[in-house]
Amino acid sequence: MEHIRTTKVEQVKLLDRFSTSNKSLTGTLYLTATHLLFIDSHQKETWILHHHIASVEKLALTTSGCPLVIQCKNFRTVHFIVPRERDCHDIYNSLLQLSKQAKYEDLYAFSYNPKQNDSERLQGWQLIDLAEEYKRMGVPNSHWQLSDANRDYKICETYPRELYVPRIASKPIIVGSSKFRSKGRFPVLSYYHQDKEAAICRCSQPLSGFSARCLEDEHLLQAISKANPVNRYMYVMDTRPKLNAMANRAAGKGYENEDNYSNIRFQFVGIENIHVMRSSLQKLLEVNGTKGLSVNDFYSGLESSGWLRHIKAVMDAAIFLAKAITVENASVLVHCSDGWDRTSQVCSLGSLLLDSYYRTIKGFMVLIEKDWISFGHKFSERCGQLDGDPKEVSPVFTQFLECVWHLTEQFPQAFEFSEAFLLQIHEHIHSCQFGNFLGNCQKEREELKLKEKTYSLWPFLLEDQKKYLNPLYSSESHRFTVLEPNTVSFNFKFWRNMYHQFDRTLHPRQSVFNIIMNMNEQNKQLEKDIKDLESQKGSKIKQRKNKQTDGILTKELLHSVHPESPNLKTSLCFKEQTLLPVNDALRTIEGSSPADNRYSEYAEEFSKSEPAVVSLEYGVARMTC
Amino acid sequence: MEFAELIKTPRVDNVVLHRPFYPAVEGTLCLTGHHLILSSRQDNTEELWLLHSNIDAIDKRFVGSLGTIIIKCKDFRIIQLDIPGMEECLNIASSIEFEVIEDGWHSFLPEQEFELYSSATSEWRLSYVYKGFAVCPSYPPIVTVPKSIDDEALRKVATFRHGGRFPVLSYYHKKNGMVIMRSGQPLTGTNGRRCKEDEKLINATLRAGKRGYIIDTRSLNVAQQTRAKGGGFEQEAHYPQWRRIHKSIERYHILQESLIKLVEACNDQTHNMDRWLSKLEASNWLTHIKEILTTACLAAQCIDREGALILIHGTEGTDSTLQVTSLAQIILEPRSRTIRGFEALIEREWLQAGHPFQQRCAQSAYCNTKQKWEAPVFLLFLDCVWQILRQFPCSFEFNENFLIMLFEHAYASQFGTFLGNNESERCKLKLQQKTMSLWSWVNQPSELSKFTNPLFEANNLVIWPSVAPQSLPLWEGIFLRWNRSSKYLDEAYEEMVNIIEYNKELQAKVNILRRQLAELETEDGMQESP
Repeated sequence: MEHIRTTKVEQVKLLDRFSTSNKSLTGTLYLTATHLLFIDSHQKETWILHHHIASVEKLALTTSGCPLVIQCKNFRTVHFIVPRERDCHDIYNSLLQLSKQAKYEDLYAFSYNPKQNDSERLQGWQLIDLAEEYKRMGVPNSHWQLSDANRDYKICETYPRELYVPRIASKPIIVGSSKFRSKGRFPVLSYYHQDKEAAICRCSQPLSGFSARCLEDEHLLQAISKANPVNRYMYVMDTRPKLNAMANRAAGKGYENEDNYSNIRFQFVGIENIHVMRSSLQKLLEVNGTKGLSVNDFYSGLESSGWLRHIKAVMDAAIFLAKAITVENASVLVHCSDGWDRTSQVCSLGSLLLDSYYRTIKGFMVLIEKDWISFGHKFSERCGQLDGDPKEVSPVFTQFLECVWHLTEQFPQAFEFSEAFLLQIHEHIHSCQFGNFLGNCQKEREELKLKEKTYSLWPFLLEDQKKYLNPLYSSESHRFTVLEPNTVSFNFKFWRNMYHQFDRTLHPRQSVFNIIMNMNEQNKQLEKDIKDLESQKGSKIKQRKNKQTDGILTKELLHSVHPESPNLKTSLCFKEQTLLPVNDALRTIEGSSPADNRYSEYAEEFSKSEPAVVSLEYGVARMTC
Repeated sequence: MEFAELIKTPRVDNVVLHRPFYPAVEGTLCLTGHHLILSSRQDNTEELWLLHSNIDAIDKRFVGSLGTIIIKCKDFRIIQLDIPGMEECLNIASSIEFEVIEDGWHSFLPEQEFELYSSATSEWRLSYVYKGFAVCPSYPPIVTVPKSIDDEALRKVATFRHGGRFPVLSYYHKKNGMVIMRSGQPLTGTNGRRCKEDEKLINATLRAGKRGYIIDTRSLNVAQQTRAKGGGFEQEAHYPQWRRIHKSIERYHILQESLIKLVEACNDQTHNMDRWLSKLEASNWLTHIKEILTTACLAAQCIDREGALILIHGTEGTDSTLQVTSLAQIILEPRSRTIRGFEALIEREWLQAGHPFQQRCAQSAYCNTKQKWEAPVFLLFLDCVWQILRQFPCSFEFNENFLIMLFEHAYASQFGTFLGNNESERCKLKLQQKTMSLWSWVNQPSELSKFTNPLFEANNLVIWPSVAPQSLPLWEGIFLRWNRSSKYLDEAYEEMVNIIEYNKELQAKVNILRRQLAELETEDGMQESP
């Protein structure tokens, strides 16, 4: 609160992001402890959470005021014009402070109060239980067991306490192996395929340098391959480009030498590192934020950003992993450098292809909890939740969500959830409103006492799951129905609903998805109505039969009783309401106006004196005489 | 007509033909695409050749396994065929039983179209000046022109416009009485020729104090170049109430090359991401889409928002002009988003307006011999419609399959609709007599059901599409159709249709139950009241 100097500025203009003619809405800007709020003259509210702000920029003063450009992590971009420079300066400084907190305790989650009591909060945190999840996979079993080696985070600080390892791998082997792996992240189980008895394991790169070896590490890998009764060889997937892996050798790290490990097949899959991904996204955002973007600039920008190439690389790696298990029945060990970025992407996406459970709402939460949160994907650093090193920020998790989105596009019926679910999760990795994504590993989260001080996101999403259900979902009859996506380049499309989530004018004006979703809901209600009506009808007919049998004798008696029960009348009224057609608002054509689409903005110029030729470019009316 | 795919049994032996006053003939019955043929297969004996299109009605009868088909012809003849075998008989019957509910050749007559707006305005009339196609071969025999301009003046204007294509009415916007006219370029040449009748015609419907827009679909540069060849554009000095806007929509080989490049890019599955994106970009296909859509939106905007008259032309007025006029109508006119309305639009703005289908669609993306008049102008139009359909999925009565079907028939068809380059050629070819109209087939209920959009809910609004590149994806239904399996997408579509059907079913059921309940109640009430 001490950062807020001005809480309210009037006569602020909100510029249209893509307009070239300074089309704007005028309204009032409010600054609260958690949000920036703009209310325009039509009382439409735009809320921006401080934690969502990626950058604030104050541009040079213009005649109409001082421009303030805010870019958000959820890809919203707003452009305000504040009439007085002083106000603009105050807001600018406040936002700089508020959007970059130095301490976890200052994040929204620690003050957010959704009115749950302590036991509800605790229940919320217990909703996703990873021990339960490993049981579901079928471990522990005769080959895999729970290891207590990391119970006190002694071997690896960034791993969870509970880890599953091959039964034949003894503690000294584990400890030895962990010393030979970057950050102590030794090979552990990520997913167990019950049907194939094959496993997905994960770790970090070996500290092999040019020639170092470690017998315990070699034993551990052997133990993993022996834990697969069907296939004795296993794949080791290094998800980095070969060149990067080789460069790491000079620093005493590197990759497995096939000669030293028996029965391994080594494979590079070439996903770029976090820095490449960060700048790739930056380029992508630059391109699609351009005013008056031409088709050619869009596609050449898309190409040069490399974004879709990276998405395809992640997808291809996951497919390689899934195939190794389904086709060759081989176990796979996945690593990158530290084993918390690319490794998380590939393991989680691979599991999603293999196991239909992860394509349900609950299963997807479990998957994120397991491969991302518990295995120490550094959410805080990657999402820039605190004022930290900007070089640690990278859209690794966003890429994972995008890969899942591409799968939902190719397999529209395979997922229980819809795009809205993915967008909502993306919203919350940055919002810092819930405790789930705070911190960089489980140990840190325990130290922050997140389970006591903050709330878990998952129960709120589950409670709201109606919003996120895919109306076309057809649940798989078989748990191990494998998705085999097509990764020919033309299958990868720009994810408009993510990167232009808030630019409504770019979206289809009628949403098939929403209509079908509502129709599905309505169908359920109608089914109920039919049941009610039928029973009413049944009782009516019965009533009449009774009347007929009682016949004339009771006629006089019936006269005195009113035939219609008031009960029935009200229920009929209720039926009428539910019979309304599918929500009309959905059918109305939102934001469809020529002004929004900027075919040209020449209306004013029409009344001016006539120039020789007016060429109307996209968004620009340019005079050429 | 050619209904080869409808022929389940092409040949049956031992069929007996009965005709009044002739002895029965036993022979072999053959069904071809056009005819029903019965031959006794002996020298000098009679053969029966019956055009399918001559069949007016048929009856089927069975006595044991012997089937009888009675064919009643349009020339009042009635013949009987005895066909051994129940299955054969049914197959033959169903093959020839193509019931033309309406003749598509007469579905969309200019007179009928004119009636749709003639009640709202008296400023326009039908002109038969072109009957016989003498003045302009690419115009239909009937065109709509301002009432105040007589045929004599029209003939003069025709000499001043490319191909004799003087300005005619393309669309009347009922909401505010504004219109879109289209024409060929004015033949001003280098010395700035003018034509008083042309100026009068264009100004004829301009309200006092109002201005209009002339949208030239060529860039200023290109338009200027055509002056050397006798073409040109309207000079401000001579058309002071009109404001000219130049847009640049490509034509001819540039479009053809664009299509060739795009199809090539889509067909190569080995492209890595960068290569695919750069090939997609280099094809420029989506740039053309954006340019055409933007121009159409601009025209629609002038009409609906500015309340201004519009004249659209390029050079000939048979390609980009038609793209723009027809798309503007999709945006402005709810009727053109229905199946019949869209058919009428194609009939009016493409077929009768003289888009040279024969030349433009002779070859497609694979052919090596490139003719300079080939161009996917119509496909670009369909793609633009698809883009709008995608953005307004509930505003169209037809679905994507309808557009794909039209694409197929424009390039290769068993129907006469898209044959020839204009009405005059179609007339010479006697297509109405010799071929079946596509609309006759499409408008059968069984066919229509495939093309109907289950989400359709009529709305009377003007629909403004987004033309940002992020909103204009590749039309996968056309360009990736043979390059990837659409199994999962098709299944999802089916599921969607099921949900909608189920919803209708449930609603109907609820209504019936409610009515029954209400009836029971009133009956009860009546019983109560003596």
